[in-house]
Amino acid sequence: MASVVSKLYSDDVSLLMLLLDTNPFFWDTTSTTFSQFLSHVLAFLNAVLGLNQLNQVVVIATGYSSCDYIYDSSLTSNVSSESRGTGMPALFGSLLEKLEDFIAKDEELSKEEEHVDKIASSLLSGSLSMALCYIQRVFRSGHLHPQPRILCLQGSPDAPEQYVAVMNSIFSAQRLMVPIDSCYIGTQNSAFLQQASYITGGVHHAPKQLDGLFQFLTTIFATDLHTRGFVQLPKPVGVDFRASCFCHKKTIDMGYVCSVCLSIFCEHHQKCSTCGSVFGQSKLDGASSSVNDRKRKAPDS
Amino acid sequence: MSNQRKRPTGEREEDDEEDDAEGIGQWERAYVDDRSWEALQEDESGLLRPIDTSAIYHAQYRRRLRMLSAAAAGTRIQKGLIRYLYIVIDFSRAAAETDFRPSRMAIMAKHVEAFIREFFDQNPLSQIGLVSIKNGIAHTLTDLGGSPESHIQALMGKLEAAGDSSLQNALELVHEHLNQIPSYGHREVLILYSALSTSDPGDIMETIQKCKKSRLRCSVIGLSAEMFICKHLCQETGGLYSVAVDEVHLKDLLLEHAPPPPAIAEFAISNLIKMGFPQRAAEGSMAICSCHKEVKIGAGYTCPRCKARVCELPTECTICGLTLVSSPHLARSYHHLFPIAPFDEVPTLASSNDPRRKLGKSCFGCQQSLLGAGNKPGPCVTCRKCKHYFCLDCDIYIHESLHNCPGCESIHRPKSVSLMEE
Repeated sequence: MASVVSKLYSDDVSLLMLLLDTNPFFWDTTSTTFSQFLSHVLAFLNAVLGLNQLNQVVVIATGYSSCDYIYDSSLTSNVSSESRGTGMPALFGSLLEKLEDFIAKDEELSKEEEHVDKIASSLLSGSLSMALCYIQRVFRSGHLHPQPRILCLQGSPDAPEQYVAVMNSIFSAQRLMVPIDSCYIGTQNSAFLQQASYITGGVHHAPKQLDGLFQFLTTIFATDLHTRGFVQLPKPVGVDFRASCFCHKKTIDMGYVCSVCLSIFCEHHQKCSTCGSVFGQSKLDGASSSVNDRKRKAPDS
Repeated sequence: MSNQRKRPTGEREEDDEEDDAEGIGQWERAYVDDRSWEALQEDESGLLRPIDTSAIYHAQYRRRLRMLSAAAAGTRIQKGLIRYLYIVIDFSRAAAETDFRPSRMAIMAKHVEAFIREFFDQNPLSQIGLVSIKNGIAHTLTDLGGSPESHIQALMGKLEAAGDSSLQNALELVHEHLNQIPSYGHREVLILYSALSTSDPGDIMETIQKCKKSRLRCSVIGLSAEMFICKHLCQETGGLYSVAVDEVHLKDLLLEHAPPPPAIAEFAISNLIKMGFPQRAAEGSMAICSCHKEVKIGAGYTCPRCKARVCELPTECTICGLTLVSSPHLARSYHHLFPIAPFDEVPTLASSNDPRRKLGKSCFGCQQSLLGAGNKPGPCVTCRKCKHYFCLDCDIYIHESLHNCPGCESIHRPKSVSLMEE
């Protein structure tokens, strides 16, 4: 798909919605700690804010059991009440405070879960929906507004139960012409993020080493939409659009689709397991123009 | 409608004084027709401000939503997702009337173009065909197909109005075409009718009965006045009849037909359709594409059955006839199958011990403050399932475009809940 054409309101001012993955089950398994990762991200946010005086950054945390807004650079109440003296610029004092509160609350909510799934995924669809609502609000505010884009920093694997919600968000972002960039730092491939970036005209990249994350972020994801026309960014390679069948979950080249509910099957069935419609049978009593040659039980009159 | 060529400089004043629909410029129409000064009000201090339309807009949206959910009545209504729609446009002499500026024809063409794009956006697996009525004869402008560009080009090609209009001829033609489609598809006709009469060669009531028996759902949008025959047609076949009062209303009425209508289960036989999910061809590979018969390099898709190259999806492979789609095309229709419940309005209480004051100070979706003037709680809505509060604009956006409730998506559900259960 062609990359997004920038709207001509303000040339290179951008609004960056950062969706930060804070899933503790994922961060448990990586060699880089979350605080090292966070230092890369904060330096990156500083860089984005430094590129243009009017740039705006909003951070939403994607947790395991909840999602919430962490930081909004346009609010004036960003000065944290106590000075920390840790060397962190006061600019991000409130970000760190809110992030700590969020992670503590998320942990409490996660404790209420009975079983821990083997593949622990975070709530990507929730934070995507929240980001899109915020962007919609920015669009409503008038003609002069920064050009919004979404950056997903995700490491947790895809959750199949979120498929419909994530696709809805992707199509809505496509209609609003908001590109979804994705930086995948996990081990397996994320099909959701690849499709999201391809459909909306964003950039997808999966850096192999997290030590150099700051360099990847600033060279690939810091450019605003207008400048992207002049910069060589990673091209989408081999986005897999094949569907997976509902019965075995394996990717298929050719399959059968139920005409009522659009569920995909790999082999011919008599009945659709999703909507219960029986295939190939006309429910009308009279003969239709394309009647089958099957024997039908005529009701005794 | 260019006004420049009618206005050599010397004649400018004369043209301004004539109250001629052809002669006044676009900016002047806004004052003659729209009376934009009536949309201003005075506030307490005597300053002018525009009428606050957001509350009116939201009230309209709530009414629409209530009508839709009353029709659904809480049950999951089956929708016809694979639609074969014929758009019949009346190009009789009534279409050259100028009560819609610049003419009914031009406005119809403009809005049908927008409708076609919206239709394919919401129904990627469906097909559209175009029929025009001119001089009492119905002509097929385009056959049923899935690519919006070819339809729009054919429509914009010849815009001329002449002769009488014939409803029966149009219905006969469409009926003939739609008899050939597969049995799992839903057959629909949308007629844009501007004439006030119809000259038919035979008995139109017979044709209507024929259409009813073939399960053809006919809807009519009138541009002049309500006609009995159109109303009868729509009632018999289960379609919608509406008459547009102005351009904006016409656009709304047209776009109402874009989302899939509730389907009567007996009308289409449910079937398993064989479809292919092609992979993207490798960059730099050369092949002769089967749709344009030219050599193409790089981007394209390979049919999994016959390995022919096609340029875009969704399409039918020209060699082996397999329907080729990609999974996002199917996913575009999933929100029709899993709709979200409408949000409940929260009554604005003026009392100070409103429990919402603690919980809902800002909209969960966009963080906009929910407090109105003077720190009193303003109008907002809440989701039944997750109990979060949302502002009115997020409500409209969530239900019309996003189809996800951010609050419900931000709650972790255990994996035992399958995708299809609600």
